[in-house]
This record gives sequence, structure tokens and C-alpha cells, in this order.
Amino acid sequence: MSATTLRIPLTRRKSRPRLLLHFGLATWAIISVFPVVYMLLASVQSTQQIYAGVQLIPHHLNWSNYIQAWGEATFGRYLANSVLYTTSVTALVLVLGTAGAYAFARLRFPGKNVVYYLILAFLFIPIPGQFIPLYVVLVKLHLANTRIGYILPMINASLPAAIFILRRFFEGMPREIEEAAMVDGASRFRIYRSIAIPMAKPAIAVVSVLTVLTVWNEFVLALIVFSDQRLMPLQVGLQTFQGTYFSEYGLMMAAISISTLPVVAVYIAFQRFIIKGIMAGAVKG
Amino acid sequence: MHRVTVSMSELGSTHPSLDIPPLRSPKPNRVRRAWLRGSRREEQWLGFAMVTPILALLAVFGLYPLARTIQISLTDWDGLSSTFHYIGIRNYLKAFQDGVWWQSIEHGLIFALVALTVMQGIGLLLALGADQKIRGQSIYRVLFYLPPVLSGIVVAIVWKWLYQPYGGPLNGLLRAVGLSHLEHPWLGDGATALWAVSLASVWQGVGTPFLLFLAALQNVPEELCDAARVDGATRWQVFRNVTLPSILPTIGLVSVLTFLGAMQMFNMVLAMTNGGPGYATEVPVLHIFRAAFELNQFGYATALAALFGFMLFLVSLLTLRATKRQN
Repeated sequence: MSATTLRIPLTRRKSRPRLLLHFGLATWAIISVFPVVYMLLASVQSTQQIYAGVQLIPHHLNWSNYIQAWGEATFGRYLANSVLYTTSVTALVLVLGTAGAYAFARLRFPGKNVVYYLILAFLFIPIPGQFIPLYVVLVKLHLANTRIGYILPMINASLPAAIFILRRFFEGMPREIEEAAMVDGASRFRIYRSIAIPMAKPAIAVVSVLTVLTVWNEFVLALIVFSDQRLMPLQVGLQTFQGTYFSEYGLMMAAISISTLPVVAVYIAFQRFIIKGIMAGAVKG
Repeated sequence: MHRVTVSMSELGSTHPSLDIPPLRSPKPNRVRRAWLRGSRREEQWLGFAMVTPILALLAVFGLYPLARTIQISLTDWDGLSSTFHYIGIRNYLKAFQDGVWWQSIEHGLIFALVALTVMQGIGLLLALGADQKIRGQSIYRVLFYLPPVLSGIVVAIVWKWLYQPYGGPLNGLLRAVGLSHLEHPWLGDGATALWAVSLASVWQGVGTPFLLFLAALQNVPEELCDAARVDGATRWQVFRNVTLPSILPTIGLVSVLTFLGAMQMFNMVLAMTNGGPGYATEVPVLHIFRAAFELNQFGYATALAALFGFMLFLVSLLTLRATKRQN
């Protein structure tokens, strides 16, 4: 008798907080996901249906919104532009960023620290409204409303964070392998290319994924650089699209679903890198 | 992964950096020195080559525009014409009489206040919860960080629909639970618009402080908490006297990031309300943007930007100072 009365409170004390914990965490998890699920559900229902109340379990999937959004010539363009800007900026950030980070971590040359801290300053000092003088510069260089005029400033804007992450990784790598290669007569560049880069793959993955997400979601710069609709990326395109089609809610939801699915796919596929990258940055930063 | 990198960096630092070929090199001294000079030169040359393109981009798209900000802010330039006049600090003085500007700062501060308390509070609670040894921690992490990877425009459009007065799910929910008297045009009414935008941005933002706090919590040495518990400390005492002090620097850093993010909010406001109704949701960056590209007051807009940037910088610096680890 006394044994049972003892056991019950013991197990309760252990399991009740745990259950409460899961309840709290699961609640926020549902809140986090709900608007995204809602968007996807609405995207396969007709606008009238959406106004009547989105069905949480749709009776039949209505793909016409997707077909219509896809058929909008401008929308396909926005998508293609976003793919182009994202891939080119990310590729160039990786090339320039790994080189710069390696130089800052391993090579000795005059002015190194000044330049590094200058780059870091741009990472940490807030510059609101920087887009105004940037626009002035682009006009002067005849780069306003051109693809290059968007890609180059985006590379510049993404580089400080990339260099910050990569430099720290290069500095953490053991020097012995590089030194052994040096003894064997390998040039510095050779060491960078054939030893440092392959070893830095995890950090390169973090930087690529973070850069892809940043560029895909970028809005302000694209808003001021482009006046020609044919050059605009998705985010600015969606804002324009919203003005035209806001009342056609099914269509809107299909359009933003198309623009969000690649991001969600990249996120889920690489969440390990993204979360690790951000968490590592927090601890050491 | 974190443990590994730490041990690797320790390895690297205990080993003296080698700039000379090892002693067992068979080369005679003179040759060795010549080789060394060549290697040093190669190192410098490569260093310059690797950094120059980055520096060039930074000069053209970072430093030069920054310098131009100060210059343009002292003029009456409209952004189009080839002539302008220097008018001293008149733009800066004008800012102090611009009622909408101060209203927008106030809105930014409200966003920041809500983000610092509600968003960071939820983030910290979730991080404390996920830091326990519970099943499914990685799933929670993935789900909590989903909203921050979405674009502000997409979040704005979805929430705009959630807030729709007719057919929108929020009002639908209120009606369904018998609270139809609370139905409201959430974004259309100046009294609620700011809070509605703020709520949407809190929803999107919670994942970031959550992740950063979780990282800091996982770095608190387990032995410290155990020692306190052995000494008879309650859960709250352990949190108050062990956990909280060790994550204070992270709280400081996250607060600065949150503050800067909230004060500079732009995308979501533009896509949800465009500053309206009236100026009910006008925020500083939107005001700067409008002054430049809608009113063609480039001089005034850059003055506002410089002023605002300086304010943000000052507040960030003071916060970081205050929460620096004391030792």
C-alpha cells in the first residue's frame, strides 16, 4: 500500500513538467507553421472558397491558381531573375569570400588588419538609408536599372558576414597540414586551393546557404535599383503583383507559395548547416 | 561540431606559426634566406590579390556612398538636377521640426519595445524549454526557425490575409468562438494597425533569439549548475545566479540585434500598410525612403539617415557596454 502511494507522486513529479514542456513547445511549433500551411492550403482553393473560409482538409485540389500564376509572363520572369541573381551573387561571394578570408587568416601582408576591421565595421555598424547614396553611385556609373548594378552591391553587402564566418574557420584549422605542404614546396595559392578549400567545406556550406537565403529574400536594394519590370526579382515582383491581384487571393497565395517553396526546400535540406552556423556564430561572436 | 572546432583552434594556437622552412631543410643558409624572401614576397602578393577585389567593391559600394551621405546631407539636392547648393546643417534642423519623422521614430521604438520584451521573452522561454534533455529537440529547432527564413514580403502578404476584415481567418475565428463583437479591420484602423504589424513581425522573429539563446544555454558549463544544485539551490536560484549571468553577454548581443532590426523595419510595413492608414504605421526607414524617392528631397533624406544611423549606433554601443561580461 505504502509502496504504491509512494510511486505515484514520484512518477507524476517527473512526467508532469515534461508534458507541460512539450505542450508549450508544441504550441509554438504549431503557431510557427500554421501561416505557412494556411498559405499552401489556400493556394489550392478557389478565391470564393477562401473567402468562405479556407478548408483545413481541402475536398479537392484546385491547381488552377498555380497554372494561372505560372502563366503570368511577368511572374515567370521574376522567378528566373531571382534564380539568376541568387546563383551569381552566391558563386561570387564564395570565390571572393574564401580568398579574402584565407588571406586574413593565414597570409601576412601590410594593411591586413586595417582592411579586416574596416570590413567588420560594415557588418556591425547600422547604416540605414544607405540605399540613397548607393543609388546615386549606381546612376553615376550607369548601372541603375541593370542586372550588374544589382549583383555587385549585393556581393558587397553579403561579403562581410561570409568573410567573418570563413576566416574564423580557417583560423581554427590545424596548421600542420599546410606547413607540411609548404615544406614539400607547394605555393601558397596551391595550399589555399588544394588544402584549405577542401577542408573548409562545412563552413563553405554554411556561407552558401545563408547567402542564398539572403539574396533570395532581398527586397530594398532591388526596389531602388530596378525600374524595369523585366529585371525585377521575385520579392519586388510580388509587391507589384500584390497591387494588381490582391483581391484574387487564390492566385496571390499560389504566387507566394511558388516563391517560398524553394526557400523552404533549401532550408529543410540544409537546416543542419543553417542552425549550426547561426548557433556557432552566437557562441563565439 | 562546436567542441571539435574549439579543440582545433587550441591546437593551432599552441603551435607557433611557422614562417621559416623547418630546420631539417638541406638548403644552405644563403639559399634558404633567398627562398624565404621569395616566399614572403609571394605571400604578400597573394594576400593583396585576394583582398583587392573585396576592397574595391567595398570602396565603390560601401565607403564612397557613406562619404556621399554626409556630403549630400549638407545640400538641397533633389537627386535629379546637376546643380545644388550647400545649405549647412539646415536639413538636420528641419528634422527636428518634422512631426511625422518623430512619430515614425516613436513607432520604431514601440516595435523595438514589443520585440525586446515579447519576442525575446518567448524566445528565451522556448530556449530554456528546448535546452532540457527532451525528445524532439531538433524538430522543435527546425520548426521554430522556419519563419525567419521566409521573406518579409511573403510574411506580410500572408498576415495581411489573416487580418482581412471580410473572410479573414482571425475575424472568422473570433466569430466562431462567439466573440464577433471583437471583429475588426485590424490593419485598416489606425488604432490597431501598428500592433497588428508588430505581432506579425514578432511571429516571424522569435526563431532568431530562440536559436541564439539556445546556443548560449548549451554553452553554460553543466558542472556549475550541478554544483549549485548540490549546495541546495532551487531551480529558480540556479537560473538566477548561474544560468542568467553566463548568458548575459548573449542577451546583450541579441538585444542589440533585435533593437536594430525592429527600428529599421521596412519590408513588412511597406507590404502590409505602406505606412498607413494615415501615418499610423510610418517607420523611420520608410520615411527616409519616401523623402528621397517620392518627394525627391535627397538632401533631407540623407540627413535623416545620418541622424538615425548615429542614434542607432549610440544605443547599440551603450547596450553592449552595459551587458559586457564583468571579470
